Amino acid sequence: MRITQGCFSFLPDLTDEQISKQVQYCLANGWAVNIEFTDDPHPRNSFWEMWGLPMFDLRDAAGVLMELTECRKVYGNSYIRLSAFDSSHGWESVRLSFIVNRPKEEPGFRLERHEMEGRNIRYTTKSYAVDRPEGQRYGGS
Amino acid sequence: MSTLTVVDSAEDAPRATQVDLRREFDEVGIGEVLDQLDRELIGLKPVKTRIREIASLLLIERIRKRMDLASGNPTLHMSFTGNPGTGKTTVALRIASILHKLGFVRRGQVVSVTRDELVGQYIGHTAPKTKEILKKAMGGVLFIDEAYYLHRPDNERDYGQEAIEILLQVMESQREDLVVILAGYGDRMDKFFGSNPGFRSRIAHHIDFPDYADDELLAISELMLGDMNYKFSADARAAFVRYIALRKAQPLFSNARSIRNALDRMRLRQANRLVADLDRVLSADDIMSLEASDVLASRVFSNGAGG
Repeated sequence: MRITQGCFSFLPDLTDEQISKQVQYCLANGWAVNIEFTDDPHPRNSFWEMWGLPMFDLRDAAGVLMELTECRKVYGNSYIRLSAFDSSHGWESVRLSFIVNRPKEEPGFRLERHEMEGRNIRYTTKSYAVDRPEGQRYGGS
Repeated sequence: MSTLTVVDSAEDAPRATQVDLRREFDEVGIGEVLDQLDRELIGLKPVKTRIREIASLLLIERIRKRMDLASGNPTLHMSFTGNPGTGKTTVALRIASILHKLGFVRRGQVVSVTRDELVGQYIGHTAPKTKEILKKAMGGVLFIDEAYYLHRPDNERDYGQEAIEILLQVMESQREDLVVILAGYGDRMDKFFGSNPGFRSRIAHHIDFPDYADDELLAISELMLGDMNYKFSADARAAFVRYIALRKAQPLFSNARSIRNALDRMRLRQANRLVADLDRVLSADDIMSLEASDVLASRVFSNGAGG
């Protein structure tokens, strides 16, 4: 199951050219672009691992693409996303975030039902991927 | 213009469709940039010739691209060598704007760095540091001043070598994203290239900045004064011609930089002279002009007379 979070996630995967145009848009707005990756696709997992530091003071998307290529070499079979941070007063938060890389196979989620007191039921979504230990999800890498 | 004739003959061979070179030339606005270069940079003949050549190549390259005669972007990495104060940094800034106008770098910013900004202080510090600078320079020009300090031959475990390797790799693989300009004094740059042959071969344009002649230095000083809204009186100008000749003969002369410093000192003396007589009513002309006495009070003259 293809996970959808962040911008553009209902569209086909962006090509590098499209990514670089989006990044250029972020830079033109003065946002700092950051690369993050994870192998835990749960929608409530908001803290992904950072790939290096957020890139402040860049002028051109080529710099971000260079780091993205490096990151893909190492974590090519994980989720990688770009987030653009707006440091201006009043915002000071992420303005744009989109997935730029995903594993070849995304096993999806299952719904777990907990039977509680009475006949109450509580629901949990669990990713099939995280049943395996970290690093071995999505077949190895 | 001489470049145009060269360009025309080169254009004859693969004439697929007609190209109005004059119109292309005007459209890109190179003429304007080159004229500005001629106006604002005194002397530097070989530098201007080379820039002219590069600009012509880039223009032709644009046309070729439109005619589907792709040949890949030319390598634009450069090395500037020359004595102190010959205008290496100034030209680097200009080059960036020329390349930007011609569309060969996308942003046209210049990131000027020295060894400190590229090389780290402990193991594992250098690579991220160098990469961060490279990322900032992407789409523009990376200007590495006194590049020979990157290589310390006396210490083989110096981290400079790591920075050099990363630079070389990016210079090769991301030629269309980044133009690297190395600058430094001639003899030491030669040594640097000698011990890093990879650098020499990756740099297409080795430009040597000649020292300025006396009349060029005078022209530079008047240009500088004009920018600062000062001017020489006739006497002061004559005195300054003598000053240049004397100063050049002294040690540690660094071309335009020495001239700039001399002018700054003259401004001090002029201010001091004006303030000494508080009762005088000054005109704008008085405040603008440097007098012969401001020039002649320089230590250069007393030393020259004594020795």
